[in-house]
Amino acid sequence: MRRRDFLFMTGIGVGASMLESVPVFGRLISVEEALTPVDVALKKKMADVALNAAKSKGATYADVRIGRYLNQVIATKEKRVENVANAESYGMGVRVLAFGSWGFAATNNLDNDSIAKAAAMAVAIAKGNSKIMSEPVQLAAQKGYGEVSWKTPLEKNAFEVPITDKVDLLLNVNNEALKGGAKYVNSNLFMVNEQKYFASTDGSYIDQDIHRIWPTFTVTKIDAAGGKFETRNALSAPMGMGYEYLTPKDDEKIKGGPVTMYKKRYDIFEDVKEATAHIDEKLKAKPVQPGKYDLVLDPTHLFLTIHESVGHPTELDRVLGYEANYAGTSFLTLDKWESKKFNFGSKNVNILADKTEVGSLGAVGYDDEGVKCGNWDIIKDGILVNYQTIRDQAHIIGLKESQACCYADSWDSIQFQRMPNVSLAPGNVALTAAEMVKNVEKGIYMFGRNSYSIDQQRYNFQFSSQLAYEIKEGKIVGMLKDAAYQANTQEFWNSCTQCCDKNDYRLGGTFSDGKGQPSQVSAVSHGSATSRFNGVNVINTGRKLG
Amino acid sequence: MAILSKEEAQAILKKVLSFSKADFCEVSLNGSDGGNIRYARNAVSTAGQISVMSLGVSSTFGKKTGSATINEFDDASLQKVVKRAEELAMLAPENPEFMPPLGPQTFPESTTYNANTAAMTPDTRAEMVGKSLSVSKAANLDAAGFLENSTRFNSIMNSKGLFAYNKGTNVSFSVTVRNKQGTGSGYIEQDFNDLSKMDTLALSKIAASKANGSAGAKAIEPGKYTVILEPLAASDMLGNMFRGFDARSADEGRSFMSKKGGGTRLGEQLFSENVNIYSDPLNLDIPSAPWNGDGLPIKRTQWVKDGIVKNLSYSRYWAAQKGVEPVPFSRSIVVEGGTQSLEELIKSTEKGILVTRFWYIRSVDPQTLLLTGLTRDGTFYIENGEIKFPIKNFRFNESPVIMLNNVEALGKPVRTGSGMIPPMKIKDFTFTSLSDAI
Repeated sequence: MRRRDFLFMTGIGVGASMLESVPVFGRLISVEEALTPVDVALKKKMADVALNAAKSKGATYADVRIGRYLNQVIATKEKRVENVANAESYGMGVRVLAFGSWGFAATNNLDNDSIAKAAAMAVAIAKGNSKIMSEPVQLAAQKGYGEVSWKTPLEKNAFEVPITDKVDLLLNVNNEALKGGAKYVNSNLFMVNEQKYFASTDGSYIDQDIHRIWPTFTVTKIDAAGGKFETRNALSAPMGMGYEYLTPKDDEKIKGGPVTMYKKRYDIFEDVKEATAHIDEKLKAKPVQPGKYDLVLDPTHLFLTIHESVGHPTELDRVLGYEANYAGTSFLTLDKWESKKFNFGSKNVNILADKTEVGSLGAVGYDDEGVKCGNWDIIKDGILVNYQTIRDQAHIIGLKESQACCYADSWDSIQFQRMPNVSLAPGNVALTAAEMVKNVEKGIYMFGRNSYSIDQQRYNFQFSSQLAYEIKEGKIVGMLKDAAYQANTQEFWNSCTQCCDKNDYRLGGTFSDGKGQPSQVSAVSHGSATSRFNGVNVINTGRKLG
Repeated sequence: MAILSKEEAQAILKKVLSFSKADFCEVSLNGSDGGNIRYARNAVSTAGQISVMSLGVSSTFGKKTGSATINEFDDASLQKVVKRAEELAMLAPENPEFMPPLGPQTFPESTTYNANTAAMTPDTRAEMVGKSLSVSKAANLDAAGFLENSTRFNSIMNSKGLFAYNKGTNVSFSVTVRNKQGTGSGYIEQDFNDLSKMDTLALSKIAASKANGSAGAKAIEPGKYTVILEPLAASDMLGNMFRGFDARSADEGRSFMSKKGGGTRLGEQLFSENVNIYSDPLNLDIPSAPWNGDGLPIKRTQWVKDGIVKNLSYSRYWAAQKGVEPVPFSRSIVVEGGTQSLEELIKSTEKGILVTRFWYIRSVDPQTLLLTGLTRDGTFYIENGEIKFPIKNFRFNESPVIMLNNVEALGKPVRTGSGMIPPMKIKDFTFTSLSDAI
């Protein structure tokens, strides 16, 4: 083993806390092992064992997912490495439809006997559940694709980049922050590779190689005398890309505003320098005066508002009540969709669901029940026109085919409906963010995600940002602190008066959206251009402790 | 296979250590066995059973540590995992915060294991869910819930002679009951180590009663109100605060426990005088393992006495830096209360709001621990000692630290998510907007 291939954890406690927000499961493996994929012919053979066993036990439909999930995490703090973990989870999940019910079982013993046993167990569970089902599962028809494959378009597989290069990158990022007067700085690099093989009794054998990457940091400065501290997080986005995301390109930057903005290439050094300087401004920022403001929301912030207030309430399983005990239900009830005139937002609001956008976290060739991915309108000219759904719920909204929104976060998790990329279309009229700001009389310009909270039916939300700039008569006049906006989803989207054009369009996203019991995570992107929302209620969240 | 006895675990751990050539070696062996049922729209949606066991090895040369894990337990695999950890340690950079492992420790007997819970089968679960569904179906309501049970064991051993083992069980149940019109919703959740304490029928009846009782909610103006927080609601707020009792972040100036000008607020009156908080892994109502991941014994610790901060949690490293004894945190938190029931707290309230639970709580400002979130599944207006009518849900912006300065009364603690938590009567709780969510 060479020095560059080291793998270590510097303390289990530290490791666990660093990894809290991201799923790193499975056993730790060497970097060399991670680069060797499982032979496709072997996967097909194993899948057939499961499918045949399921059919012989009485399944009318069966699918098999053989998953190899690789996670690499590098975590640093100031001048030291906190954690480097390279983990693999490998096994098979078998889902069957038998006696009108679903059954599921999983195994990480991939000998023929264990596979057949798992398939039989899935059928037995389906049989048990069928006794308390009031109506049989209705599965939308799906043609088999034969043997096909799909791979995330990438230039540089992040798992092939030596770990020392990644460690050096992060330690250099930390150095920039420390040079700029930061007291503390954490930087992390998360990389995921899902090697997924799907096979079903419909006749599909789908091999996919999916990659995601997320570089991020938090810089902290302390004002000990004043008893205050402030932080600024990275304005990077998690992406469905390779290591090329970390190679800056001038034509992927937008300059001219108060913050440099990044499209599909990120300049982590530039961002950390800006972040470190921003904290000085944050420590001196003026408290926001509560009231109504026109908000100019950058995509680094707006993506999460889209995620929470548009993405989640248009999930059909939530609308139907399947998530009532955990994530909640939805205010976008079927009658609103059936009316074809529910005014979700202003005419400027066009929301597209998309599982194909290059560079996005949700882009795959096929979903986890073997349906080819595409895109469709959810909100068209402000009107609710569609939801997001999967094979056993498509019939409820009159669809003959699934929209390919099925996903499981591991081979041993049951696949269910998960959000596709849900994005706000850019405006058709040429408009830059700088031009948008010029027309705002009294406003706040927000960048980056911070605190976010929304109710279980997705009406009332409160969001705050990493950076909030006051706009007065078309000019940015300084930074504000303690600003959060509270709104009702429908009112908020109806206050959308302008979206910048496609040159300003960027993706934001989350690596770990939670849903389901037991809880599963998924990664999803949300694109938008900078957008303006008029007359939104802003509160001051500053408090004093005795 | 997944649940080993103390002797079986000890034998494997000893064997692993016998293969070690490192300066220090720490080995952990953990397993769990459990199952779950999820249901919605009055029917089961998914069900599963999972059993896992894994072994982790950390080897250290000087201050260089490497770790590896494995889920195979034959001699060759055990040798392989130790070798792998040692190879990685040789390649790792020095960890300036490395602490040598602890020597042998003594631990009291824990009470986390219950044989009835360990014996649960898929049929037991189906029967318990059946009881819950019988309530919703009979009342023409819709139930969505989740029942999960597990048995797990944790064990650690190191090359300095420390060995610790704990076995525990848990059964947890939660259900949301909604009326068919979608105008009322009720919720309850509960977990126990001991299955015999879990009554899914009685719990589902409470959720059903809240679903019916919360229908037809009226809107009242947001603002500052006296609230009665049911233990679940109080627990939702306090869970966020307990994580802040960390000495290091306080010393580093990045916590609500940091003092202006430097240092921590240890010894200061931070809460009302009637606030007393301790943790004790041997508490029979909420037991937990009497040792932490380092093998450090967890003792009864008083965190707050008469509103004064008496202890902060110190890791072994931070304790060594500060020249104090390490203080591990415990999951067995007890917020002491009185003898009053929830009903008695309501009876003594002239005007106020009863909160069943909160939802989607997020930190807004870590310096003041300001949190935002919403009420959910049963919010009621109280007048002259009686529940008058259901009210629409509110968004709040409130800090648990400020909240615990406004305590008017505490009732009898009950087991909830974050510990033994009493129902609380709090004045001047800040609601900032209304939500239409039901």
